[in-house]
Amino acid sequence: MEAALGLMRRMPPKHSETALSALLSLLPHRSSDLLSQVDQPLQVLCDIDSGKEFILCEYNRDADSYRSPWSSKYHPPLEDGTQPSSELRKLEIEANDIFAIYRDQYYEGGISSVYMWEDDNEGFVACFLIKKDGSKTAHGRRGYLEEGAWDAIHVIEVGPEEDGTAHYCLTSTVMLSLTTDDESSGTFSLSGSIRRQMNMDLSIAEGHLCNMGRMIEEMEGKLRNSLDQVYFGKTKEMVCTLRPPAEITQMRMPES
Amino acid sequence: MAEEEAPEVELSGKQKKEIAKWFLLNSPCGEIQYVAKDVRSVLNDDGAYDEAASEAFPTYNKAQMICLDLPRRMGEVLITSFGELEENRFLDPRTAQVGIVDHVKQVCTDVRPATDEELPSPYIEEFRCALDAEVLKYVGEAYPKGVCSVYCTKGKDLEGPGSDFELAVVIQAARNSPQNFCTGSWRSVWNIEFNDDMQVLEIRGQMQVGAHYFEEGNVQLDAKHECKDSTILQSPEDSAISIASIIRHHETEYLGSLEASYTNLPDNTFKDLRRKLPVTRTLFPWHNTLQFSLTRDISKELGIEK
Repeated sequence: MEAALGLMRRMPPKHSETALSALLSLLPHRSSDLLSQVDQPLQVLCDIDSGKEFILCEYNRDADSYRSPWSSKYHPPLEDGTQPSSELRKLEIEANDIFAIYRDQYYEGGISSVYMWEDDNEGFVACFLIKKDGSKTAHGRRGYLEEGAWDAIHVIEVGPEEDGTAHYCLTSTVMLSLTTDDESSGTFSLSGSIRRQMNMDLSIAEGHLCNMGRMIEEMEGKLRNSLDQVYFGKTKEMVCTLRPPAEITQMRMPES
Repeated sequence: MAEEEAPEVELSGKQKKEIAKWFLLNSPCGEIQYVAKDVRSVLNDDGAYDEAASEAFPTYNKAQMICLDLPRRMGEVLITSFGELEENRFLDPRTAQVGIVDHVKQVCTDVRPATDEELPSPYIEEFRCALDAEVLKYVGEAYPKGVCSVYCTKGKDLEGPGSDFELAVVIQAARNSPQNFCTGSWRSVWNIEFNDDMQVLEIRGQMQVGAHYFEEGNVQLDAKHECKDSTILQSPEDSAISIASIIRHHETEYLGSLEASYTNLPDNTFKDLRRKLPVTRTLFPWHNTLQFSLTRDISKELGIEK
């Protein structure tokens, strides 16, 4: 298992789907471990009732069907597929509506889905998903990207209420890839994935949705920032170590 | 590549080998040995692994153009398809030596002098050697840890002017710092066609840069660029000087465009995936989501009512 995760850490992130399916075929008996520890790019289906697209993941799957957050129906239809309680379903509907607005403000397009379900210790779990295709042929407003994908998965475990507060444990993963291509500079492609966790105890005076939303917003900001500043920055540093820009070379020349 | 959805079916040795090869060939630069260790362990079939390794390593080593030390401190040799004489034998044109390579271990096990048949004619060697000296000088200045080699890829037995021949310049710089979770490589290949009829040099370059940063994540850069240029055919020395300066020019320009791509990330390129701040430029008003009817209120507040 450790070796499998080691491989996922080294394979090009844009090939993570192929890498995962290869590992699943090699290690069929570890498939549930692999699927829970390795995130894969999100897939999308269209809700027949509402005509809106929704995102597929392990959390809205029952057998081979997926539940749409819009109609709460399974696609393909499933007779007795798991449903959240009616109270939680209300929160889920609200979360989907609000998260769609949040998504539109930050992503200027894309698809989002929120799923909720009861867990064993009197709390519940919510999964917020965003998928954005930022390529110039899809939702890339500025048209810079030949290819561009952002998949965000946020899973929040919400503990039972105690003295007006609840414990929130958020695990977030972002997978992205972007490619620019033009005649003068060739193809430039960055791809990556990172996962982080955040724990908070918050008053529920303003409601769960408000707390979860703020945590996700803060986390997405942090992940975007560290991808941009730290991770992309490190690859740039490496390029400049391999072949330092001219100014630096010239500065060094007198020493040699 | 095996994509079966039915994991209960035991994979054949051949399928395992293909999967292992895929992983090995997709290793970031300098990381194939780590990948190999993990692949061997998930494969759990040493026979299939050994077969995969014997096929994947030579391809990987040549694609990455790795640099190996020759035994007995006899220098080093670049593993490239241009220098490949026969299986596992690689020529270092500068020292006229041939390294005998163990691909899977990535070492030279032995070295022998090159035979006359393996080396270019004195006429070609004059051009090759002059270019090698100029490129060596450039690489020494531009790359802190660069290695380079110049091969004759066509017409190596020409005795004098009257026919076309081709040289290839290979430049490689690689860094591995596993302790800093970082690896990277710069590879460029320049083909120079000496066109005797037209008295011109046609130059084609391919540059490829990769970097991998994997502390608590996995982010990889993969960049490629091709370009063309030409100049007039002159004496070996003068040709060498103008070729090296063309290479220097294009590589400097390419580095500049890589830097520009990075500079454009935060505000342009990356913005098409996700903005730093919402279109409203303030954090999202979650506090207004207290009641159920809120969706509508937010829409109103933002003026995006349906």
